[in-house]
Amino acid sequence: MMDFLSTLISGLSLGSIYALIALGYTMVYGIAKMLNFAHGDVIMVGAFAVITSVSMLGLSPVLSILISIVCCVVLGVSIERIAYKPLRKSPPLAVLITAIGVSYFLQSLALLIFGSTQHSFPKIINMPAIELGELTIRGNMLITLVITTAIMAGMSIFINKSKTGKAMRAVSEDRDAAELMGISVNRTITITFAIGSALAAVAGLFYGTTYGFIGPYTGSMPGIKAFVAAVFGGIGSMPGAMLGGILLGVIENLSKRYISTELSDAIVFAVLIIVLMVKPTGLLGKKINEKV
Amino acid sequence: MQNNQHNPFGIKMSKKPLTKNIVTLTALVIAFAVMLVLSEAGILSRHMRSMLVPVCINIILAVSLNLLVGFLGELTLGHAGFMSVGAYAGCLFSIAMKEILPMAIRFPLAMLVGGLVAAVFGVIIGIPVLRLHGDYLAIVTLAFGEIIRSVIINLEFTGGAAGLKGTPQDSTFVIAFIVVMITLILIINLVNSRHGRAIMAIRDNRIAAEASGINVTYFRMLAFVMAAFFAGVAGVLYGHNLSILTAGTFDYNKSIELLVIVVLGGMGSIRGSIVSAIIITLLPEVLRDLADYRMLIYALVLIIMMLLNASPRFAAVKAQFSPAALKAAAAAKKAAKEGNANE
Repeated sequence: MMDFLSTLISGLSLGSIYALIALGYTMVYGIAKMLNFAHGDVIMVGAFAVITSVSMLGLSPVLSILISIVCCVVLGVSIERIAYKPLRKSPPLAVLITAIGVSYFLQSLALLIFGSTQHSFPKIINMPAIELGELTIRGNMLITLVITTAIMAGMSIFINKSKTGKAMRAVSEDRDAAELMGISVNRTITITFAIGSALAAVAGLFYGTTYGFIGPYTGSMPGIKAFVAAVFGGIGSMPGAMLGGILLGVIENLSKRYISTELSDAIVFAVLIIVLMVKPTGLLGKKINEKV
Repeated sequence: MQNNQHNPFGIKMSKKPLTKNIVTLTALVIAFAVMLVLSEAGILSRHMRSMLVPVCINIILAVSLNLLVGFLGELTLGHAGFMSVGAYAGCLFSIAMKEILPMAIRFPLAMLVGGLVAAVFGVIIGIPVLRLHGDYLAIVTLAFGEIIRSVIINLEFTGGAAGLKGTPQDSTFVIAFIVVMITLILIINLVNSRHGRAIMAIRDNRIAAEASGINVTYFRMLAFVMAAFFAGVAGVLYGHNLSILTAGTFDYNKSIELLVIVVLGGMGSIRGSIVSAIIITLLPEVLRDLADYRMLIYALVLIIMMLLNASPRFAAVKAQFSPAALKAAAAAKKAAKEGNANE
């Protein structure tokens, strides 16, 4: 029983990281109507920014986290400006191929700069484990859970209450009508990319502290899994991304513990396929009618 | 999800596809004859000779992927998965039949087995996957590719993570080339047939195609299964070219490399796929110093090609140098000259 509970808690912690990444995916998908394949690699860049500033430059953890967030925001916005903006009116296939190109570009650039070896992630979250009877909860898991929950609550308030959040929802609902109402679509998309990338930086930090190692290809797998989470919850829906992320983390950890470590990725992908077959709009997604 | 717009990549249908393709095939045969003579005469370095079969394999893979990306207009990221299924099926068949059948019968049979098993997987995967479009289809094919890879690594009879050993090394340049020619003739025929036009109609406007009585599901499935079959055949060639077959080689990166070949050659252009498969396969070997930058160059190729395709300025430049425009310019020049002479 205790074993099950601790697996569940580490699953929740992993799931909240997925949820953070999935939020970025789902926001970009909802507003720019594109799958930002490079989102996962922004996580990797954020994690490397922390490694560089802590281990190589010797900066303080708080400063390095800020640097990492700034790096990711600048990166996300420049990717959008350089690679995606000229393709706003292109067919989806062209945008998708470009996004894959950007993802590949970031990976190979990181490979050239940092080499193919795994870099150990500095231990910047120092929190003693909590023991509840027989159950031990690792400190960084607790912090991950608390902070991601806070971020998700903050995001919900931001999207629902603030003016920018309303603009984002308007653009995702109907881009042309939003533009007619005086909302700058380009600015809204840029803001979306900036927020998504900042969330990716935070996710990169937690991913690094959870796994301890970062390599050039680290980002692609959590990136794809977070996309699975976004689809699972219903793409375009923010609560859906949170729910999907947490469920996926729990499923992955339980299957790792009780079925097979090697097959856990395959199981996660099988979940995606089943969801898309049975309920293509996800758990909380709205039904999209295809327009002629 | 948006529908494909009309003629998404400015793909032009040649008026005389048959003559154009005969020229392509003839050029390929001549190139093959030259390479064969060079390699038999020992002029080609050992290293270059070892590249001949991989070039053929990549041509088959690129042309079959182009059928999906260029002609059907759907991006699939699981091509390496079909390749691996075909490779393992064919290699296991060859290992089992090693003592029983002579190579001349065994190898074609192995290719058929590999292709058919991949095609069966194409049907199994296609039934659920082809209900989806665009981004979803891409990610689900990617997921299937990864599932296939992790299952192969976890199975006993495939040799697991250590790889499959003991496959007879039957792949020769001549055989590989014959397979390339058969593939090209079949795919060119398909593309230029009624079926091919139906597939392209689905790409250009799915709803209009459906309204015109085209069975969209059937033709999408046809293209998908054809592509899977040829990917499987290419996998068999690949497996019989190496001493150890490992599932790790058929990952996401392999699918991306194939996508780079197709995009660089031009989506919807078979000739382009052939040329770019040759270039992309030989490039890292010719430019050894660039080996570290290979992946970076691939990524830039993808991004720049897409940005150029979308840019109206580049389209104008391209139109200026198209054969039709050049001919018109020459005619205008001639007319102007004659006009001057008459005065």
